Order: sequence, then C-alpha cells, then structure tokens
Amino acid sequence: MYSVNYHRAASVEDAARLLAANDEAKLVSGGMTLIPAMKTRLAAPSDLIDLRHIAALKGISVSGSTVTIGAGTTHAEVAASQELAAACPAFVKLAGSIGDPHVRHLGTIGGSVANNDPAADYPAALLALGATVVTNKREVAAEDFFTGLFETALGEGEIVTAIRFTAPQAAGYQKFRNPASRYAMAGVFVARGSDGVKVAVTGAGDNGVFRSAEMEAALSSNFDAAALDGLTLPADGMMSDIHASADYRANLVVVMAKRAVAAANG
Amino acid sequence: MGLEGIGARVVRKEDKRFITGAGRYVDDMVVPGMKHAAFVRSPHAHADIESIDVSAARAMPGVIGVLTGREIKADGIGNLICGWMIHSKDGTPMKMGAWSPMATDRVRFVGEAVAVVVAETKADARDAAEAVVVNYRERPAITDAVAALQDGAPQLHPEADNNLIYDWDIGDASAVEKAMASAAHVTTMHLVNNRLVPNAMEPRAALGHYDKAEDHYTCWTTSQNPHVARVVMSAFYNVAPENKLRVIAPDVGGGFGSKIFIYPEEIVCLWASKKTGVPVKWVADRTESFLTDAHGRDHVTEVKLAFDANNRMTAMKVETVANLGGYMSLFSSSVPTYLYATLLSGQYAIPAIHCNVKAVYTNTAPVDAYRGAGRPEATYVVERVVETAARELGVSPAELRRQNFITTFPHQTPVIMAYDAGDYAASLDAAMKAADHAGFPARKAEAASRGKLRGLGMSCYIEACGIAPSQAVGSLGAGVGLWESAEVRVNMAGTIEVLTGSHSHGQGHETTFAQLVSHRLGVPIDQVSIVHGDTDKVQMGMGTYGSRSGAVGMSAIVKALDKVEAKARKIAAHLLEADEADIVIENGELKVAGTDKALPWFQMALAAYAAHNLPAGMEPGLKEGAFYDPTNFTFPAGCYICEVEVDPETGTTEIVQFVAADDFGNIINPMIVEGQVHGGIAQGVGQALLEGCHYDPATGQLITASYMDYTMPRAGDLPSFVVSTTNTPCPGNPLGIKGCGEAGAIGSPPAVINAITDAIGNNDLTMPATPQKVWAAIRAATKH
Ligand SMILES: Cc1cc2nc3c(=O)[nH]c(=O)nc-3n(C[C@H](O)[C@H](O)[C@H](O)COP(=O)(O)OP(=O)(O)OC[C@H]3O[C@@H](n4cnc5c(N)ncnc54)[C@H](O)[C@@H]3O)c2cc1C
Repeated sequence: MYSVNYHRAASVEDAARLLAANDEAKLVSGGMTLIPAMKTRLAAPSDLIDLRHIAALKGISVSGSTVTIGAGTTHAEVAASQELAAACPAFVKLAGSIGDPHVRHLGTIGGSVANNDPAADYPAALLALGATVVTNKREVAAEDFFTGLFETALGEGEIVTAIRFTAPQAAGYQKFRNPASRYAMAGVFVARGSDGVKVAVTGAGDNGVFRSAEMEAALSSNFDAAALDGLTLPADGMMSDIHASADYRANLVVVMAKRAVAAANG
Repeated sequence: MGLEGIGARVVRKEDKRFITGAGRYVDDMVVPGMKHAAFVRSPHAHADIESIDVSAARAMPGVIGVLTGREIKADGIGNLICGWMIHSKDGTPMKMGAWSPMATDRVRFVGEAVAVVVAETKADARDAAEAVVVNYRERPAITDAVAALQDGAPQLHPEADNNLIYDWDIGDASAVEKAMASAAHVTTMHLVNNRLVPNAMEPRAALGHYDKAEDHYTCWTTSQNPHVARVVMSAFYNVAPENKLRVIAPDVGGGFGSKIFIYPEEIVCLWASKKTGVPVKWVADRTESFLTDAHGRDHVTEVKLAFDANNRMTAMKVETVANLGGYMSLFSSSVPTYLYATLLSGQYAIPAIHCNVKAVYTNTAPVDAYRGAGRPEATYVVERVVETAARELGVSPAELRRQNFITTFPHQTPVIMAYDAGDYAASLDAAMKAADHAGFPARKAEAASRGKLRGLGMSCYIEACGIAPSQAVGSLGAGVGLWESAEVRVNMAGTIEVLTGSHSHGQGHETTFAQLVSHRLGVPIDQVSIVHGDTDKVQMGMGTYGSRSGAVGMSAIVKALDKVEAKARKIAAHLLEADEADIVIENGELKVAGTDKALPWFQMALAAYAAHNLPAGMEPGLKEGAFYDPTNFTFPAGCYICEVEVDPETGTTEIVQFVAADDFGNIINPMIVEGQVHGGIAQGVGQALLEGCHYDPATGQLITASYMDYTMPRAGDLPSFVVSTTNTPCPGNPLGIKGCGEAGAIGSPPAVINAITDAIGNNDLTMPATPQKVWAAIRAATKH
C-alpha cells in the first residue's frame, strides 16, 4: 500500500465536499474491494474519504411494500434483517451468501453497487427487482445504473446513498460459485412482481450483469422451473476464462435460473 | 506403553504456542538495527536484461542500498546448485544452466529476482524497488514441457539443446518390448499430473545478519533443513565458511517440500547484510510465494500396461516428460527419476518395467519436491492404469489388484526397490469393509433416483520413505548422504534434552520424540525437551522431508538412548552393588530385577555429574550422540477408497465418502498420524479436484497467482475421513516405523479420479477435475 491521507466524513455533504476538493480521492465504505486493491498497489488514491461513520447512510426500512436500504448497510445487517426477510427473503439470503463473515460484516451494499463487479451478487437482485439507486444528486433506475464491467452511471462526485425497491410477489436467487474466488460464476435472480417476471444474470455476461429476455418470456407465461426445460442460451456474450468457458456458463445460467424459480416457488 | 509412551494419543506439546499465536517465526525475529528488503522481480517470462538503472531508487527516502546481480557475482557469490547428478541414458551428465541469485543478463520466469533494495521500512523498500528501471528485450516464452522439446521452440539455456536437461531411463526396455508383443491385453493411457503451488501458510522469509566485529553471519530462515542450508550456502555459494555461519530455522509454518531448497533470497539477505552493514529481513508476500516457491508435479506421461490371458501383469512401459521450470532447483533432478520411476511397480508383481524420463526447461517457476515428490506421480500412473485395465477387461478393479499383489517379502522390483514388508490384501480388505464396498450398487441406484451420478474409485498406493541409505543414494547421484544425527543430554537433575537434526514444521516432533524417550526411560514427557532447527545447538542434521523424521531421525535418537542407557546402567549397578545385566529401567527408576532395590533416574543423573562415586575409569556426565544411516527405504502402503456424487447439470463433484487404510508399520502417536493422513488427503483432493497452476502459454504470465484463481481445498470440500491402520512393522529400523507424512497426498488423487470417471462413464478427464471439466466430460460421453 502507498501512503494515503485519511478523512472521516461526518455527513454525505462533507464527503461530497472532500471528494470535490481532491482529484485523486476515493470514497471508502466497507473497504472490502478497495483496500485489497490498495494493498497490492493496484489502486493508489491520494486520499480516502471514509463513509462508515455517516448515520444517514445506515439502516433498512420497510414501509408497505417499499424497501429502502442505506448505502452504508453491511451485508451482515441485510442478512439479519427480520423486516426484510418478511418482505423479500431471497434478498436476505443473497446477502448472507456474499463472501465470508469478515467480508459480510464490513462490506456494504452501496460499495458493492458502486463497484459493479461483474461477479457481484447485488447487481442481479437490483436489476431483477427493478430497484432504484438513490444518490446525493438523483435517482437512477438499476436498468440504467449498471453500464458495463465495473462501470456505472455514477458521475464525478456522485455518492450512492440508498437502494430502494418494491417487494416482489416471489423471488429467488441461486448462484454457482467460482471454485477459487467463491464469487458468482453464474448467478440468477428471478422476481415476479406486479409488472411481470424479471430475470437478471450476474457473473456470466461479458459486459456484466444483464437481463435474459428468453428466460423472462418463458417464465412470464408459466412461472415454474419446468418452463425453462429445453431452453438453451447462446454462448455468445458469455464470459470465458480458465474457470468456465462461455458454453459452460450458458449452461449454468439456465440451471441456476431453474433452481432460482424453484426456490422462489418453494 | 505408559500414558505418554509409544502408541499413546498424547496431545501435542507444541500446540499451546501455535494456537495461542505465540509461535516464533522468522518474521517475529528482530535484531537491533534491522532493515527491510524488497526484491525487484522480472515481469517477463523470458527476456534479456539490457540495462538496470538504480540511480533514482538510490535517491528514494529511507534507502540504504540497491544491489544487483552484477555486484553479487563480482563478490564471488556462486550460482544456485542442483544437488543430485543425473546422467542421461547416453552417459552424459544433466545439462545445468546457470542460476544466479539475482539475474545478470537474462530472466527465465516471471518473478525471478533481478535486484534488491534495502531500506528503513518495508514500504520504503517497496517504493524504491518500483523506482529501479530495468530495460528488458523480450524473448518468446515457452511454458509447456512437451512443446519446449520441439525443434524451433524458444531456447532457455545454452547448455541444454531443445531445453532437454536429461533423457534418462531405468529398467529393461527389450524385456518390456517382448512382453508387450506377446500380451493378451495392453491398456494404454495418456496422463497429465498437474502442476501445483505449495502454499505453505507461512510465506518464505529470511533475516541475514552479518556481525562485523565477530566476522560472523547468522541467517534465520524458513527451512526444513537448516544444516543443509548452511552447507550449501558455505560450500557452494561462498557466502561464508561453515564455522562462521549459523543458520536458524525457528518455528516454520508448513513446508510440504517447498522449504527444503535454498533460494536466492536467503543468500541475498546474508550477502546484503555485509554489503550494507545492517541486518536485512525479507518476508515474501503471497504473490511472491505463488511466483517463486518451487512448484510441484507437472508431468505428462504415456503408459502401457500388459496382461497375459489370465489377467496377470506382464510388463509396464512408461514415458514421461517432466517440467523442471526455468532453473534446476536443489533436488529437482531426483524427483522425476529416483523418487518416481522406482515406484512404478506399485503393489504389484510386474516382471518387466521400463521408464524413460525427459526433464525439460520452460519459462516457469522451478519445480522440485512437493509432498510426496515423485511418488504421487508414480501412484497416479499406476493406479489410473490399473483401474482402467480392470474396466477394459471387465473385471472387478479390487480383484484385479488383489490377483497381482506382491505377497512374499522381501520383493525385488525391476526398478531398484527391494520392498521389505507389507500386507497389501490386509489394507484392501480393511478399506473395502470400512467403505461398505458391497453396498455400493444400492447406493448408486439411490443416488440415481435423486438425479446424481455416483461412482467409486480406489487406489492401492506404495511409497518409499525414510530416505535413505547414504551409500545407495550416493551411487545414484545424490550429493549428500541421507542419515540423521541425534544427541541425548541428561541434565544433572535428570531432565532430558534431545537434540535432533530433524526439523519440525508442523509434524509434532516435540511430542512424538519425547514420547519415545518417555517410553524408554519412564519419565514424563514434560521432562523431555526437543531441540532442533539451530546449527549452533545441533551439530549436524539432514532435516525433514520424505517422511524420514520417524524412521531415520528417531532411529538416531534410539541409538543415542542406547548409549545413555548403557552408561546409566553401569552407574546404577555400581551404586546399587548389583550386576549391570540385572538393571532394568522403568517408571523413571533403575531397578535391580527381582529385588526391591532401585535408584531413581534423577539420582543416577546427579551421581553421573557429581562424579563422587563412579565406576573406576568412567568419565563424568551423561550425554551421548549418534548418527543413524538407514539400511533401506521404508515402504508405507495402503488402500484408499473414494466415493463421489456428481451433479450432471453442473459437473460438481461431492466426495461423499473417503476411506483410508494405511500400513505405516509401528505408530508412535495415532492422533498425530491421523492428522498427517487427514492433511495429506486434503492436499491430494486439492490436486485431484481443485488446484491447477496455470501459466498463460503465450506470455508465460502466471494466471493463477492468487487465491482468486488458485483453488485451495476448504473444509467444505472434504468429507469426514474414515481412517484406520494395519501394521506390518518395518524390519529395517529399530522402531519398526515406515512414515506417514506423505501417504495421504500420494494415495488419494487416483482414488478421486477413478471415482469420478466411474460415475460419469468417461475415462478422459484430467486433474484438477473442476466442475467445468467434469460437465464437459459428461457431455462428451453422452454425445456418442
Ligand atoms: C474475500 C472476499 C470475498 C467476496 N465475495 C463476494 C461475493 O461472493 N459476492 C459479492 O457480491 N461480493 C463479494 N465480495 C465483495 C464485497 O461484497 C465488497 O464488500 C463489495 O463489493 C464492496 O463493498 P465495500 O463496502 O467493501 O466497498 P469499498 O471496497 O469500500 O469500495 C468499493 C468501491 O466503491 C466505491 N464506493 C464505496 N461506497 C460508495 C458510495 N456510497 N458511493 C459511491 N461509491 C462508493 C469506492 O470508492 C470503491 O471504488 C468479496 C470481497 C472479498 C474481500
């Protein structure tokens, strides 16, 4: 790690001000992605602006069917939330499946969403739930927020403050883990809501998280795992690496989708 | 046996400090004035060094010195050596390319050391290392050993045409050809033994301290054999004469072979300490471990196994290409030859065997001994081809093995080894019973009803341990003899120190060696201390590898104890006015047999040192040393049975049962033996299912250079093992011990792969059998 100046932000406005004051500054939330990158010297911010002590970024609220999660909420807090478990059990289960206990107790939903790792779990949930990403400047639909590998719609100085979505009627998430990193190699979130069925896939697409029109069409008429029998996805557009070829990922996506639907219905 | 003697499940003495975080490792060592080193390493797999500019680095904050390969060479520090001479079949010696501790004009693998920075802090040293400017002219790289042998492949060393280090063979080629020609059946296979990264929990580290006033060097290093390190650094690298070099290997957090070898970093730290005038510490980070620890395995093999019409094995022919990486590491040459081809007979009576091995340079990290070293590769060949032959012949794999077992001992194989004792059918029976082999078809059918493919695979392994008789290994090319030494010091009040040349880096010697003393003298183990790992304390030793500490290291202690006891008996006989032959030692007393006369052990010790009343002419004191040179290898053997369930939709393999029935001869501490077997199987399952070292073939970059891409086994990947032992005591050493440190890693990979291939009905599967590969193999099998 290179030496770095540390700032503890007192509020979102304070963080925004610090961010604007320094070109090479970076926000740090749980630090579970940023700090390892700094340790291996792959990231070298001059200043770190710590969001962890901003009360306004914390907490989960469920009001009617509207769920709001502060950006600074840790994965462990999401996983342990009773209210959220009642509203959307699949979301809670997803949070509990991220990394290991250390990671879950430090990593945050805001950091995960802002980072948009193509193998991260939350982006699939947000996309399938039609969630809204709330920032200090605006609100962005998940559909428009995740724009590519580690790319988002966040502009200069923009800070994610919360995630909001409407609880679905049914939802399920299943992932096949990369044997080494344990991140998703194919993760599928299916959600059935008042506006229909959405299926979002993480870990597999060569441009990051995406929705599968084929599977959504099949499931819209029959929200049952059997509806996906015989369906194959093209390997085109799937990621390929030493752990999984595009072919294999295309297979895994369908298998995980079936299992996610079964979980949603079970 | 007594509560703490041989055979007792004594809790490990050393674990208190390990599990409370109080172990003392090299990185815990602090010397006044100590500074920190960071290495500049090659980012290229193969390149010429055109220039190195250290001026900017020298001007960086905190920098004390920036040193390069040219300077170390100018100071007369030697190149690294390979300590085992192998001759090719045409009689020419192996082709050893020069390996300088820091590269001078060419780099041959990613991570090779090029320069070193010594600075006030680790961070200063790293910052300055980044400021060293090295101009490289890249050359094409080659990572695959078979491809490296082809004409036109990039050449690594001028000494080795076509990158061929040696072309060695063993056995009778014409007898094998003849048997193959008249065989009723020949099973042929192409097998790959995947390259592994050792991944000891503690990364390598070195602290070099040159004391100018004394003109003396001390090196703390993560070594499995500090005495060997001292000899090699003195005699071959000219760092310092032996009497002016002390090597200390304190607590070491796992070695698995990778810490046998002498690496550039410890040489550089010692030399740099003199050069800069400060003690210099270097601790590898995990990336450096991945890039520069000697890797393991990496063989490509063609094997043919011939049978007569009664399914008796008649001959085996093996051709192996072994990747040794960019340079020859300390024992690299012996691994694919004498530690490999000599075990190709397995547990079977095979009249004729011939094996050819080509060792090859490639632009990858050096490859050397890794848990099992050669024997896992041999076992994989033998046990995969035997299982496959059974399938081809349509007979039970268990019965085909049983029919071909060696049953009389001693047994001379066609590949040097003379097996001394064993009962292979006993292990097979024990394993089949524990695995409920007979119930497998029902379990398979039940799994099928859940959509799972269930398979069973076995492996009847044999290994050669306790390495090894000095004269024998000398005649085969080893640069040193492989005996062990020990000294038993009885203190004035009767407590005991055992100084041993074995080195414990996880094996539990502080407990097992003390159990031996307790067994012999009847003293509690907390009155026995084991001293190891310091060349100033222990005179000489060959260290720990090849499951040798019990069979060889403890045998040396037995010899020293014999001498101590003989003298103690004389003293007791004198004081008790009895005949020496009537003195028995038990429960901490020296007793006159058949009487109630006894002398407590501590009083005898006191008398030995007080020396007021000793037998005429006897020297005072009680301290004896011994060297033990083994008479033969030892031959642990056993049977492993693995049962798996494969999910055909994803290719995921779950090991649902793993049974190990081992014959380790006599056992000192069953709990520690079980721990060694558990750890060994975990490593073997790692190789079979998870661990694959992968270099990019075009650039020679290590793709699996972190845990994000290199899969280590986790607890969740493993079932609860069912382990047991049978016992044919080893006739070759006084304790009847065979050794247990490597068996798990040797025996398990073929059992796992045999099980998966049985489950999926496709024998074409390489390790690691990742879900992706298994899924593809299932698809390939169902296509036709
Ligand atoms: C061992 C390990 C295993 C893991 N396994 C998984 C897994 O299985 N699934 C998974 O999804 N993830 C996994 N992760 C990643 C983990 O979930 C991270 O916590 C998460 O991706 C980033 O969250 P963070 O709070 O730690 O962000 P940080 O590391 O603090 O920041 C990440 C990036 O986001 C930016 N950022 C942070 N907060 C904000 C904000 N509010 N607004 C704008 N930008 C912001 C930072 O500047 C930085 O660029 C793993 C991580 C580790 C170390």
